[in-house]
Amino acid sequence: MSETVKFTIDGKECAGTKGQCIVDAATDNGIYIPVLCHMRDVVPAGSCRICTVNVNGRKMAACTTPVEDGMVVENNTPELTDIRKAIVEMLFVEGNHFCPACEKSGNCDLQGLGYKYQMMVPRFPYAFERRDIDATTPKIYLERNRCIFCKRCVRMIKDSEGRSIFAFKGRGKTLQINIDRKLAATMSDELAQKAMDICPVGCILKKEVGFKDPIGSRKYDKKPIGSDIENIHQ
Amino acid sequence: MKEKIISIVESYGKDAYRLMDILSCVQSEFGCVSVEAVGVIAEQLHISEVDVIQTRSFYHFYTCRPVGKYAVYLNNSVVSCMMGMADVADEFEKQLGISFGESTPDALASLHYTACIGMSDQEPAAIINDVVFTSLTRDKVKNIIAGMRAGKAVAEMVTEYGDGNNANPLIKAMVKNNIKKTGPVIFDAHQTGAGLAKALGMEPKSVIGEIKESNLRGRGGAGFPTGLKWDFCSRESGDKYVLCNADEGEPGTFKDRVLMTERSEMLFEGMAIGGYAIGAKEGILYVRKEYKYLKAFLENTLKEMYGKNLLGKNILGKGIDFDIRIQFGAGAYVCGEESGLIESCEGKRGEPRNRPPFPAQKGYKSKPSIVNNVETFCSVARILDKGGAWHNALGTKESSGTKVISVSGDCKAPGIYEIQWGMSIQEMLDMVGAEDVQAVQVAGPSGICLPPSQFDRKIALEDLPTGGSMIVIGKKRDLIKDVVLNFMDFFADESCGSCVTCRSFNMILKKAIEKVVEGNAIKKDLENMLAWSEILRKTTRCGLGQTSSNPVATTISNFRELYDARVHDQDYHSEFDMHKAVLESCEVVGREPKVHE
Repeated sequence: MSETVKFTIDGKECAGTKGQCIVDAATDNGIYIPVLCHMRDVVPAGSCRICTVNVNGRKMAACTTPVEDGMVVENNTPELTDIRKAIVEMLFVEGNHFCPACEKSGNCDLQGLGYKYQMMVPRFPYAFERRDIDATTPKIYLERNRCIFCKRCVRMIKDSEGRSIFAFKGRGKTLQINIDRKLAATMSDELAQKAMDICPVGCILKKEVGFKDPIGSRKYDKKPIGSDIENIHQ
Repeated sequence: MKEKIISIVESYGKDAYRLMDILSCVQSEFGCVSVEAVGVIAEQLHISEVDVIQTRSFYHFYTCRPVGKYAVYLNNSVVSCMMGMADVADEFEKQLGISFGESTPDALASLHYTACIGMSDQEPAAIINDVVFTSLTRDKVKNIIAGMRAGKAVAEMVTEYGDGNNANPLIKAMVKNNIKKTGPVIFDAHQTGAGLAKALGMEPKSVIGEIKESNLRGRGGAGFPTGLKWDFCSRESGDKYVLCNADEGEPGTFKDRVLMTERSEMLFEGMAIGGYAIGAKEGILYVRKEYKYLKAFLENTLKEMYGKNLLGKNILGKGIDFDIRIQFGAGAYVCGEESGLIESCEGKRGEPRNRPPFPAQKGYKSKPSIVNNVETFCSVARILDKGGAWHNALGTKESSGTKVISVSGDCKAPGIYEIQWGMSIQEMLDMVGAEDVQAVQVAGPSGICLPPSQFDRKIALEDLPTGGSMIVIGKKRDLIKDVVLNFMDFFADESCGSCVTCRSFNMILKKAIEKVVEGNAIKKDLENMLAWSEILRKTTRCGLGQTSSNPVATTISNFRELYDARVHDQDYHSEFDMHKAVLESCEVVGREPKVHE
C-alpha cells in the first residue's frame, strides 16, 4: 500500500500519496491548479509553468514537484494569479490565436484560462510571428499558429513501435512543433483523434471533422475551466 | 552518400545515444545534415525522422543546408564587438561578396555568426573548419580569403602558434594561454597521478570526506559543495557515471580552454578520483564544439594516461577500473546546465530536465551521475595530493581554495588569473590594468553588471559568485546598446524554448531594450521590464531562465541614470514614425507627403 502524506494547500488540510505530484494530489482533494502541459499518468513536461505554486515559500511547478509530509502549498495568492495571467497573455501574444475562427473554441484550455483570469488586453506586445501550417499528412492538420509547446503530443503520440510522431524542431525563438510525415501516414483514426483530444489548444486538428460541437454544448460553454475539479467534494 | 552514412552509424554501434557523434561526423563529411541524411540515420537507428531533426536543429553547428568548403563562424559576443568585430565582418563580406548567413555561389565559403567561442582575451576571433583564428584584423581577413582562393587547408593558414601546449604538434593553434597569474591549486607544479595514488590508498568514503573537508564548491559558478554532491551519488547503487562539464559557454569565460590545454592530465586524474569515490567505472568529458581543435591533444593525453595505468583496467594495480571518453557538443549554451549536458550526451536536445530527480539519483542513461566543472576536477586532484585541510585554509571561510578567472574587455592585460577568493573587484581591476571603468560584468551575462560604487565587493561565493567570467567595460562604451542588448539577443537565441516564460520573456525583454535604444521607450517601460524580469526569474525550470533577465534587471537597478536619459517622461509615446513608414512608397512615386505634426 502506498504511503499517505499530509500537506496543506492555502491552509486546507490535504492528503496524497508519496511520490504524487502536487497537481494530481490537489485534484484529488478538490483543488484546481491550472495546467496546460500536464496530464495525469504522463511523464510531466514542466514546460507551461502555469501551475507555479509557492511550496514552503518557494516558487515551484506543481506538476513536477512531489508532495511531501508537512508541505505548505499556496495556490491562490494575488502574485500567483498575476503570474498565471501573465503566462496566458504571453501565450496569446506569442502565437497567433483567433478564437472565433478556431475549431477548438469552447473546448480550448488556453481560451478557458483566458476567461478564468479575465484577460482583456495582453500587457505584452504581440510577436506576429509567421508560422506555417503543415497539412501534408493524411489525417492531421498541424496549425502551428496555435501551438503552445506543451509537448503532450510529443510525449504521448507514438507509432506501433514506440517511435515519436511529433517532436520539437529548433530552439528558443525558432522553436516549432514538427510532425513525422512517414509515421503520421500510418496513424489510425483513433490515434489521430487522440492527438487532437490531448492537444490543449487548436494546433492538432483531425481532418474532415471541424466544428463538430455546436455552441452551447462545448466543454467550457456553461462552466468555467477547473470547475469540475472544484466541485468534486461539494 | 548512403553507404558512408551507414558506415558512420555502424561505427557508433547503431546506438541512438551517440546521435551527437553521428551528426557531427555527417556534418563534417558532407557540410550539412541533409533531409536525405536524416532519413538514412533515422532508418539505421530505427527512430523517427523528427527525432533526428529535433537534435540536429537544436545545435547551431549542425546545418540543414550545406555550409561552404570554408565555413567561417565569427564570434559576435560582447567582447568581440568591443574589439572591432564589425570591421572584421565587413571585410569578410566585402572580400567574399556575400552577407553573413550566406554562402558564395561557388560554395567556396559561407559566413556565420556564433556566440562567444571562449577567446575573449584575443578577440575578434573566428572558427573556420574547427581551426581558431584570433585577434583578427582586416589584413588578416584578406590573407585568409587569399588562402581559401588558393585552395589551402585551413590549418596551413595558421603560421604562428601560441604559447605553451598551443604549439604542441597535436594542437598547432594560434591561440594564446595568457596565463597572467598562477596560484597554488591549479597552476602550481603537479606530479600526475599523485592525487589518484593517494585516493586509491583510501576508502572511497574517506576520499569524499577529504573533499568535504576541503570545502570545495563547484567551480562552474553555482558553487554547490562538491563533497555533498559526491556523497549523494555514492549512496546510490548500480552503474554510475562521472561527467565533466567542459561546455563553458558563458560569454567572457575561457579558463576551461586554458585548463584543458595546460592541465588536461590533472583534469582526467580528478575524474578518475571522482569515479573511485562514487563507484563509477565510466567517465565522459563533454567539450563544447568550439574547442574541437583540442581533440587530438586530449585524446593523446588519455592514451598516455592509459599507458601509465592511471586509467583503464586495474588502475595502479589496485583492482579499480575507469574509462573516459570525450563527447563533443555542437553549439548550445544551455548544455552547460548539468541536466541539459546529460540530455546532450544521450544524443538529444540539450533541454534541462525537471528536478527531482537530481542527476545524482538519475543522470546519464538514468543512472546516478555526478557532473562537475573542469576546474573542480583539477582542484580535486590537488586536494587529494595536498589534503583537504590545506585547501580549506586558502581563500575565505565560505569559499575555500583559489579561483581561476578569465578577464577580458577594456583592460591592459586580459587573460587568466588564478586568484585567492576574497579579492575585491577594485583589486582585480588594478591587477589587470583597467582604468576609466564604467562597469564590470561579473560572471558573464547571467551575473551582475556592477557599478564603480560597488567595486569594493569581494569575488567570493558569499558575495559575488562567478564561474570565472569578468568583462571590464570602459567608460567609452554604450552600456545599454553594446552590452545589454547583445546579452539579451544571446539569451533569446540560446533559450531551449521549453519553458513558456524563458522562450517568450527573453524575446520580449530584448525588444523592450531595443525600444530604449531606439529612443521610443517611456518610464513605464522600465517598471514593466523590472516586473517582467521578476516573473521570468521565478517561473523557469533551469538556471538560464532564472538568470537571463539579469542584464536588464541589474543595469536598470545599477545604472538607472543611463536609462532615464533615454526614455520619455510621459504616459504615452507612439513608436509610429510616419516618415519611415512611407519611405518606400515615396521612393517609388518620387514625392514626399505633407505630414501634419
